[in-house]
Amino acid sequence: MGMTLTEKILAAHAGVGRVRPGELVECRVDFCFANDITAPLAIREFEKIGVATVFDRERVAMVPDHYAPNKDIASAEQCKIMRDFVRRHDLPYYWEIGRSGVAHVLLAEEGLVLPGEVFVGADSHTVNHGALGAFSTGVGSSDLAAVMATGELWLRVPETMRFVFHGRPAPWVTGKDLVLRIIGDIGVDGARYAAMEFAGEALRHLTMDERFSITNMAVEAGGKNGIMEPDDATLAWVRPRAKRPFAPVYADRDAEYARVVEYDTGRLEPVVSAPSSPGNVVPVREAAGVPVDQVFVGTCTNGRLEDLRVAARLLAGRAVHPRTRMLVIPATPAIYRQALAEGLIQTFLDAGAAVSTSTCGPCIGGHMGVLAASEVCVSTSSRNFVGRMGHRDSKVYLSGPAVAAASAVLGRLAHPDEVLGRTAAGVSA
Amino acid sequence: MIFRGTAWRVGDHVDTDVIIPARYLVTIDPKALAAHCFEDLDPTLAGRIQPGDILVAGENFGQGSSREHAPIAIKGLGIACVIARSYARIFYRNAFNIGLPLLECADLHAAVESGDRLAVDNETGRIVNETRGTSFQAAPLPEFMRRLVDAGGIIEYTRRKVAGRR
Ligand code: SF4
Repeated sequence: MGMTLTEKILAAHAGVGRVRPGELVECRVDFCFANDITAPLAIREFEKIGVATVFDRERVAMVPDHYAPNKDIASAEQCKIMRDFVRRHDLPYYWEIGRSGVAHVLLAEEGLVLPGEVFVGADSHTVNHGALGAFSTGVGSSDLAAVMATGELWLRVPETMRFVFHGRPAPWVTGKDLVLRIIGDIGVDGARYAAMEFAGEALRHLTMDERFSITNMAVEAGGKNGIMEPDDATLAWVRPRAKRPFAPVYADRDAEYARVVEYDTGRLEPVVSAPSSPGNVVPVREAAGVPVDQVFVGTCTNGRLEDLRVAARLLAGRAVHPRTRMLVIPATPAIYRQALAEGLIQTFLDAGAAVSTSTCGPCIGGHMGVLAASEVCVSTSSRNFVGRMGHRDSKVYLSGPAVAAASAVLGRLAHPDEVLGRTAAGVSA
Repeated sequence: MIFRGTAWRVGDHVDTDVIIPARYLVTIDPKALAAHCFEDLDPTLAGRIQPGDILVAGENFGQGSSREHAPIAIKGLGIACVIARSYARIFYRNAFNIGLPLLECADLHAAVESGDRLAVDNETGRIVNETRGTSFQAAPLPEFMRRLVDAGGIIEYTRRKVAGRR
């Protein structure tokens, strides 16, 4: 019996011929990172280990994104712990505000995560990078400290669940809708401890940006990692950015999967996760009409260029509803710049949306767009837990960028068809 | 080690945002984090939990973010151990790494109310609900976690590993 993509990458990094699900392996880690929330704890623990510096300066990144630009004195102190560590250890991969962005988007863009690699981050959405054909998983600060010291991590080899997307996605059905559909079907612990492998010819119709939205949310189903086999589009995306040589890995033909779930993407429709669980997935048409106070387009899930393009298509020549406020946060400065060059930022401003510098921002309800009691937000982020974006009585609907933008225009949760006719759809064309 | 304390029961899928909301992640001080633990679930809960008490949870406890602040906040409240039907994976690792004992037990959750007195043997996994006179057996610790616990956590394990290489 052969190995799955995840198993092959882990076996290669554990230096063994083969691994099986359930086995414990000590893996070599190709790259790791922490952010301004997780780094201060990781640094404190790292300093207890008794090594002079990190295992490889070229393979450790620190990214200010959650509370950066600093929201208050306390968060400024946390960011400073990270910044001081970076200077003390002369780490090359740190980006100061103005150059920094949401870590998961930034690190992929910088070519620091590559096909076939093992990537570990002190942030749960590290699963994001599986779209590149890497094994990529989130850990806590202490585990990250151990990785920073040794370049190794203990892992239990996960079973692989395979999700196969057939056909061509129906109009307005984006990568976000596909992953929400899965989470709705299998539940928020449906893939607990498992590798989620996404496959099928429908992926070819998705941009890399949309594919990242899918692997990004593997953790919302409890997955250890989300992963896709690299194809021509993956390699075309990675090659010009790659900071290191890399070798793509592919699954064996006779690999064994714990479960296979198949979808005909032509029959799917846009969905949202209703409050207050990512697993509470309903078709947009069923949730339509809910009055919306705030719309947020951004985050590691949907703050990429393609997301801004889709949102701008719906907002062009229209205005954000007077009852609603809309926030747009490009995930990185490079995306911001490109959106500026394409006129997307102008479209947002003309429509009455606020555009901010790259940060996690409202996604965690810490700053820049916190919700009051009973307020409703449609957000392109990944989590709508109680209190996630503000008051415990506020409510968050998770959606893709098209639904978010349509809801901003109409001031209520809306299907994109209500703003642009069906003929104008074909988001993934 | 035997823990004796009052049970506090929470439901399924309790997430790390509810355990410690992100708006308080501007510190790593356990006491400061503990003050806001479970705030969005029940703002009075943290104030009622006494050191030595035991948290009983349903499925998938600790789903969501990788924030180690979550088990730190629970430990900061003085919770002696957590017994859940199941755990989300990052929370599970984090709790062991910071020395918050976790047990997995399928049957206890349905047979306990907040306020019950529990006695828990962390080594054998034997759990007694002294209020109701019932007893339960937790799942044995996976080998991976046993190895880490024996080494004194991931940091101590790593410290010994790098010292051995010198
Ligand atoms: S954008 Fe949101 S989900 Fe992504 S890393 Fe930031 S806080 Fe986490």
